[in-house]
Amino acid sequence: MEAIHPATASYAPFSRFPHTTTGLVGTSFKHEHLPDIMKERNASLFFEVHAENYMGQGGPPHDVLTTIRRDHSISLHGVCMSIGGPQPLDKAHVARFKHLIERYQPALVSEHLAWSTHDTTYFNDLLPLPYTKDTLARVCDHIDELQNAIGRRILIENPATYVAFKESTMSETDFIGSFAERTGCGLLLDINNVFVSATNHGFSALSYLADFPLSRVGQIHLAGHNKEIGDDGGITLIDSHDEPVDPSVWALYETVIGRCGPLPTLIEWDSKLPTWSILKAEAEMARDVLNASLPRPAMELMHAL
Amino acid sequence: MLSEDSIHPQSYAAGFSGALLDPAQMPPAILNDPPAAHLSRRYNIYRNNVIVSLIDALAAIYPAVQRITGVDFFRAMARFHVRACPPRSPLLFEYGRDFPVFIEQYEYARPLPYLADVARLERAWLDAYHAADVEPLPPSAFASLPPDKLADIILTPHPATRIVRSDTSSVTLFAAYRTERDSPSSLQVADREDALVTRPGLDIIVQYLPPGQSTFLEALVSGHPLGQAAAMAFEDSSAFDIAIGIAGMIEAGAFCAIRVGEPQ
Repeated sequence: MEAIHPATASYAPFSRFPHTTTGLVGTSFKHEHLPDIMKERNASLFFEVHAENYMGQGGPPHDVLTTIRRDHSISLHGVCMSIGGPQPLDKAHVARFKHLIERYQPALVSEHLAWSTHDTTYFNDLLPLPYTKDTLARVCDHIDELQNAIGRRILIENPATYVAFKESTMSETDFIGSFAERTGCGLLLDINNVFVSATNHGFSALSYLADFPLSRVGQIHLAGHNKEIGDDGGITLIDSHDEPVDPSVWALYETVIGRCGPLPTLIEWDSKLPTWSILKAEAEMARDVLNASLPRPAMELMHAL
Repeated sequence: MLSEDSIHPQSYAAGFSGALLDPAQMPPAILNDPPAAHLSRRYNIYRNNVIVSLIDALAAIYPAVQRITGVDFFRAMARFHVRACPPRSPLLFEYGRDFPVFIEQYEYARPLPYLADVARLERAWLDAYHAADVEPLPPSAFASLPPDKLADIILTPHPATRIVRSDTSSVTLFAAYRTERDSPSSLQVADREDALVTRPGLDIIVQYLPPGQSTFLEALVSGHPLGQAAAMAFEDSSAFDIAIGIAGMIEAGAFCAIRVGEPQ
């Protein structure tokens, strides 16, 4: 007898993979690395994709993502929802985001505390916002709207910033803690962003982490940055995602994992792409830190699996 | 009482973005002077991220155009275009639809009259890449049609199908420059090269169309019955061969549904 498929089930479900990335490490997914990844089929790695790259109707992008999703958990990372913008969310974009989540059932779903569209112009960058009670109220509305639309919790990522607004009346950590508390969203802690912002604004990264609502963190990002020294001697760090993770960022990461336990951790690398073996080695370094944080019986269990 | 920010809810986004695409403007006054660096240097990081990432986006959509012009020429041209026409959609694969027309009007590109046509092909290529996945009509779908109904059939174009007209040898140039390799030493250059761009499976096809064939396919794509489309093709070019035209139509995988319309 032929199985009857409901008309809505147009895509093969990925239900044999549970929604888990606990203790897993992963990397940004780039099509260039697919042949190497397929050779290894190492399910202890998860992959993160930028949602917008898969918002076309069909073709090779969906074919490739379907292939990678068969063997791996994925993290769907939105980069242009403009949650931190003053204008309403783009309803069509929210619908596309929801559709991707339904189709690929990612283990993790995240977006940024930033904006990239003003009026109808899309700037293709994560732009900063002032931290005030008014912007907080709007960010909460946007997160509520998004979580209601997708029917699940989203993780919001702390930004890397180069400037600050005169009108800000609260710290970034207070702002993040407040919207997380009010909306129930989770947080994606980008430790490279913390280090970049701390250097650029002259605050202590460790104090920032001490004030950060770590109990709400559901995923960690690590990435490389560039350093610029100006004519005035001032240092600016730029969140470039084009080189290995800096030793200072690794040190902060060990501190965070020491406090929080083995949070799923992702290495972001988006330009000047390295070979797969170099990128994977970065992820394996993160895995060593996660394993070191596990109590001994748990570690033996992980190894037995 | 409402704060200033509630009364002008877009103030910070308007204030911040106003100078992003205009290097002549001062950084917004709504920002603090950062410690140990000039504000203009910090604000320029955002300017640079915006302009460079959008030039990169155009370079990714138009690699053949960039290989023909060279990188410096391309990036200078793209910079003008990004400032004049920034994206209207957060989906960057929708960007650059105005770029071929911009190239036509770009003063320094006038000695390269084929450049805009190559850009049109590359834009169609990206549309085909992202188009919906639909099975093309198999050749057998045509075999079962009664011959007396053939003139009345109406075809539904595959979502990836585009007919790209060109008064220059854009298909030859596209083939020579689309992928990374040594530049061709000499090219056989024709006057007019139309193309079919489609994607029956996962591979994108860019196929040269002989005179008349592009009119034939274009008429079919816009919903004309086959008989009418053939007549339009003959009018366009006396060299149009109906047998070759129909065979090409079947083989191309450019259509995905067929029906018999009312007799004309």
